[in-house]
Amino acid sequence: MAAVAVDGVWKYFGDFPAIREVSLTADSGECLALLGRNGAGKTTLLRILAGLSAASRGGIRLFGQDARSVQARLRTGYLGHGIGVYEELSARENLELFAKLYQLQNPGKLAGEWLERTGLDRAAGSLVREFSRGMRQRLAVARAFLHEPGILLLDEPFTALDDRAIQLLEGLLQAARERGAAVVMSTHQLREALELATRVSLLVRGRVAYSGPRTAEMLADPGWLYRHYGEAT
Amino acid sequence: MNFVRLSLVVAAKDLRSELRTKEALNASLSFALVILLLFSFAFDPSSEQIAEFSGGLLWITFAFAGALILNRSFSRELANDCLDVLVASPVSGAALFFGKALANYALLVAVEIVCLPVFGVFYGVRWTRQFWWLMLVILLASWVMTVMGTMFSALTVNLRLRELMLPTLIYPMLIPALMAAMQLTTLILAGSPVAGDDLIWLRLLTGLAIIFTSLALGLVEIVLVR
Repeated sequence: MAAVAVDGVWKYFGDFPAIREVSLTADSGECLALLGRNGAGKTTLLRILAGLSAASRGGIRLFGQDARSVQARLRTGYLGHGIGVYEELSARENLELFAKLYQLQNPGKLAGEWLERTGLDRAAGSLVREFSRGMRQRLAVARAFLHEPGILLLDEPFTALDDRAIQLLEGLLQAARERGAAVVMSTHQLREALELATRVSLLVRGRVAYSGPRTAEMLADPGWLYRHYGEAT
Repeated sequence: MNFVRLSLVVAAKDLRSELRTKEALNASLSFALVILLLFSFAFDPSSEQIAEFSGGLLWITFAFAGALILNRSFSRELANDCLDVLVASPVSGAALFFGKALANYALLVAVEIVCLPVFGVFYGVRWTRQFWWLMLVILLASWVMTVMGTMFSALTVNLRLRELMLPTLIYPMLIPALMAAMQLTTLILAGSPVAGDDLIWLRLLTGLAIIFTSLALGLVEIVLVR
């Protein structure tokens, strides 16, 4: 059973089809990079996968479960454009809150471990609104990985991250894949994405123009995919 | 049990956030006190008529002040896209809604309780005469207001004019509940017993509380996942 299975999904905004009959899969341990230009439908597809938006047609299964089911969401981590942490709570309170929402055992201990892991232990009691941008980003990464999800949905994960946060995220993604998590990420940063990806799907105006394994050609020449399967198709 | 536990986690988070910033609480309380003060200039507190419209005055104040609390309920989640993270978490829409409604209810009732003695002083009304009856009406009508307001706060969260849209949408829908609350409050403040035909207003409030709560819990998932 595929960790992520998207089958003939359409998404309309009014009369406009933002996603057109998209089908793709990602197995445990795989990293699927969703590529495409602005407006290609990457974020819309990720939002449907995260259960934030409903598909107009077609089906989404996460570990065989409906994307909106509690079982699927318990095993899914989402890192979107926003950092998804509360400014008026402390770093520790934020992580404890999400540990409780994900029904994890011993939220206080878990929050402490993740604060240490992300280098935020000294600022654990400080309010997030007092944090630097880099600290917020690391807290957001901790929030998304806190419950060790089996599926990670990352929307432009490397955009606006500082070096330390990129290093942290790459390390956590590697560890997640080693324990069998499936990663689906959308990105414009081709080189970083292709280095991490095992599979690639290129979206062009809401349709899948290419879907398959990441090849050595793509890695050697990140523009290769766009030239062969991009707007001209 | 999970539903209650998760609702309480959401409610505690909202209350903690609000008590740190006091954005909605300060705005709502000061607005309510200003309305009470301004109305006191318009009406003669010593007149006989004050007893006839005291219930109306009080509930108009509560409705205006309540909108400020309810407006913040879902819009506070917009910063840093926290609403997306909450909706993507394994908390059902119903538990998320109920938690937010509980936090709003606590804040709204707190503002109302602070307003009562001020109302008593400004209008020369003895509001403690039938205290428990008054509390029952306030608790019931405030719950109806909270449920409606929280639901429409979720519905209007992505609108630019949400501060205007929320009261525009909820006040017409709250008319039956406000009518019942005003009738009962006027009776209670006048020292009349709530009995006989007047109990219909209490039944109406109870019915509305049950209907609106059930509808909101059933529909909120559709509102949050579009």
